[in-house]
This record gives sequence, structure tokens and C-alpha cells, in this order.
Amino acid sequence: MKFEEAMKELEETVKQLENGETSLEDSMALFEKGVSLTRTCQKLLNEAQLKVTKLIAENDSEVEFDTENI
Amino acid sequence: MNDGRRIATVTQINNYIKAVLDKVPVLQSIWIKGELSNCKIHSSGHIYLTLKDEGAVLKAVMFRNSAALLNFKPVDGTKVLARGRISVYEAGGQYQMYIEEMEQEGKGDLYARFEALKKKLMQEGLFDEEKKKKIPGFPETIGIVTSPTGAAIRDMINVLRRRFPMVKVVIYPCLVQGENAAQSIVKGIEYFNSKRKTDVIIAGRGGGSIEDLWAFNEEITARAIAASDIPVISAVGHEVDFTISDFVADLRAPTPSAAAELAVPDIFEIKNFLNSSHSRMASLLKNKLSMQARGLELLSKRSGIVNFPRRIAEKEQTIDALYERIMISYKNKVELNEKKFSALCGKLSALSPLAVFERGYCAALKDGSLLNSVKDVTIGDALTVKLTDGELDCNVTGRRSKE
Repeated sequence: MKFEEAMKELEETVKQLENGETSLEDSMALFEKGVSLTRTCQKLLNEAQLKVTKLIAENDSEVEFDTENI
Repeated sequence: MNDGRRIATVTQINNYIKAVLDKVPVLQSIWIKGELSNCKIHSSGHIYLTLKDEGAVLKAVMFRNSAALLNFKPVDGTKVLARGRISVYEAGGQYQMYIEEMEQEGKGDLYARFEALKKKLMQEGLFDEEKKKKIPGFPETIGIVTSPTGAAIRDMINVLRRRFPMVKVVIYPCLVQGENAAQSIVKGIEYFNSKRKTDVIIAGRGGGSIEDLWAFNEEITARAIAASDIPVISAVGHEVDFTISDFVADLRAPTPSAAAELAVPDIFEIKNFLNSSHSRMASLLKNKLSMQARGLELLSKRSGIVNFPRRIAEKEQTIDALYERIMISYKNKVELNEKKFSALCGKLSALSPLAVFERGYCAALKDGSLLNSVKDVTIGDALTVKLTDGELDCNVTGRRSKE
């Protein structure tokens, strides 16, 4: 799942829970879903490592960009 | 006494020479080209300097009123065009130039071109606010059109790594100054639009003189930015530098580092949002469970069904287990990230029943116990209503049941 989608769905889930109209069972399910979305986002964030590439327009290719020696 | 010789005083001769010079029309307003040296800006605001070329020097002064209109800081070595009059400073016994206006050689032309292009593109509507595209909140890829060497790209990468390492950065290496720079920048923007789609483009370079930044004042650069389907953030020079690209871009960043900050969200803010969502959901669910359990308790009291106490106990166990789980997950998080510890403590308080009041709910009590049904109340009863910031004493004047 993409990060942005997960974030949006999480916001939506919290909103539904806040609404308070849901049954206990549905609330439990929403809670489970929200917690899992939180975990997904946290995992994506914690694992993220900036990737930088440099374009070589002449042959439409991309090479890794050495960010250490700029 | 004067033995028939004509003798003049120093003052007289200086006055005479001054009068002679002041009668020469061409010296009353003349443009002189030269290089600045010995520039001294006096605390009075007057500027004393020398204009020179390979073969000669000319002393000059620029008085405060004229100096205030300068659009550059005069420093030694700057090539300038100065306009003023030539006259004599009698007390010093020297002739000098009284400068009324001065511009950097070649710059006058650049300023004029800048203003003309700005006006033209503005009239065409290229700067219109409603044409500006929105910068995405969570970009997956960022295209950067800049020089692959130097402080600008290094600063941008550092900011992006710190703020939002989830993003993928693609650099289009281009020339950022010199004759072919504008063409090179245009190619970069077009490349991202046609061959390597990104969610946002940053086009820019570090600080420099107006000539150094000129590629970002070229019409082809401005038009390429305007034509881009991908939102463009301009990031040229320092805070004070404004280029045509800045006006036409969807967002102007004062510096390359600032552009990187504007392009992505902050990972710490996201982490805070995730933590607060988590605690928010936990407290909402706990409230729900408590309400449900209270409902059951009440029901069991009324109906006298023997099974109910057991089911209540089960529900309570569920609540406790859930609560435990929430607490454990908080604890883990605290261990994982000590920095957020204090923030989390604050959030834990959201689990308190008082948090419900803060959302605008209130509780009605009769003789100190919580009311759950209108049936527990008779007209005329005195009730206490608890709100987040205090209590109200109320008398029941009416009663409506849902059934």
C-alpha cells in the first residue's frame, strides 16, 4: 500500500470512530484497521532511505547519484 | 610692495581655476567609465572614491542624497558608469568628479531586460495565481533541475533526507550559468514532463551575481516553467534574489534548501500524527466499551437475568485486555523512541474519561450517581450536570422518553 493512501485511510478511520454512531463490533473493527494502518505507515517511514539518481539524458538512463562526494 | 608683479593668493587661484572649469559645458554633466578603487563610505553617507582605468585616476565624491539611490554597494574593482560634473575642491586643491548617478557597467541593460520581460509575461497572464498548480502533499518522486555539483544540490539532498526520506530524488544535471544555461534548464524541465514523470520539479541554483543567475531570467526558461504539467518550485539564489522564474513558478522558494522543505512534509510531524491517531482511536474505543458495559450492567439489574453478570465480566475483561494492549504498545513506542516520551505522556491523558467532557459531552448526576435513563428522574428533581470546566445545579422541568 502506498504511503499517501494509508495516511488518508487512517484519517478516514479515525473520523468514523469519532462519529460515535458505529456499533461496538464495527468500532472494534475500525480500531483494528486504524492500528494496522498506523503500523503500515510507521513501518514505511522507519524503513525509508532516500534514493537519489542522476539522469543521463543522452541515452535516457538513470544512475545512482553519489551523495557523499558532492 | 608687489614690485609690479601680479600676485594671487592660493584661494584666488583655486577659485579662478574652479570658475574656468565650471564654465566648460561638457564638464557639467558627463558619463565616465571606470573601475572603482579606494571606495570609502563615510558615516555621513557621502562616498569618496577613485575612478581609474589603465592609465589614469580621477578622484570623485558621491554625496549622501545621490548615494542613497544606488542599487548596488560600491566596492573596489567594480566596473561602473558614473554621471556627474567635474569641478574643483578648493580646500584640497584638486579637481574631482561630483557623481550624481552611477550604475554597474552592463547592468543597466540587464535591469531593463528584466523589467521588460516581467511586464510582458505578466500581461500574458503567466504569473496569474489561478494558473499555479498545487504542490502535492506526499510526493513520491522529485525531479531536480540544477548543477550536480555545488552547495545547492547538497543542501537539497540533506534537507530531503532529514525531512522525508521516503521520496525518490531524480537529478537532471544542467548548466546553471553561462551562455547555454537557459537551454539546459529548459531541457531538464521538458525531460521530466515527457520522459521521466515526477510529482514535483525543483529548478534552481545557489547564490551569485545577477549575471550568474541570468539563465533564470531568460524567456525560454520562464516559458518552460509555465508550460510544465508538473508543478515547479523555483529555488534561485538567496532570499533577496528575485528572478522571472520565481514569478512564473507554481511556488517560489527563497533558497534551494527552502525549496526542499516546501516540497515534502516533515517526518516528525507525520510520526506525531500517527501517534496521536493511535491514542485517539484507543480512547474512543475505550469510551465505547465502557458505555456498553454500563448499559449491560443496568440491563442485568433490571431484568435480573443471571447470566448477565458473567457477560459483563467478560466484557470488562475485553476492556482490560484492550487497555493493556494499548498500554503495551505505548510502552514499546517509548522504548523505541525516547524523544517522543514526553509527547506520549500528554497523549495518555486523552484516555481519561475527562477527555470525553472536553469534546462537549456532559454527565448528569442525581444524588452523586450517574444517570443513565430518563426513568430515573422525576419532575422537580435536583440534578448536577458536569462539564469539562465545572458543574451546574439544575432542576428537572420536563421529561421526554424516546420510547
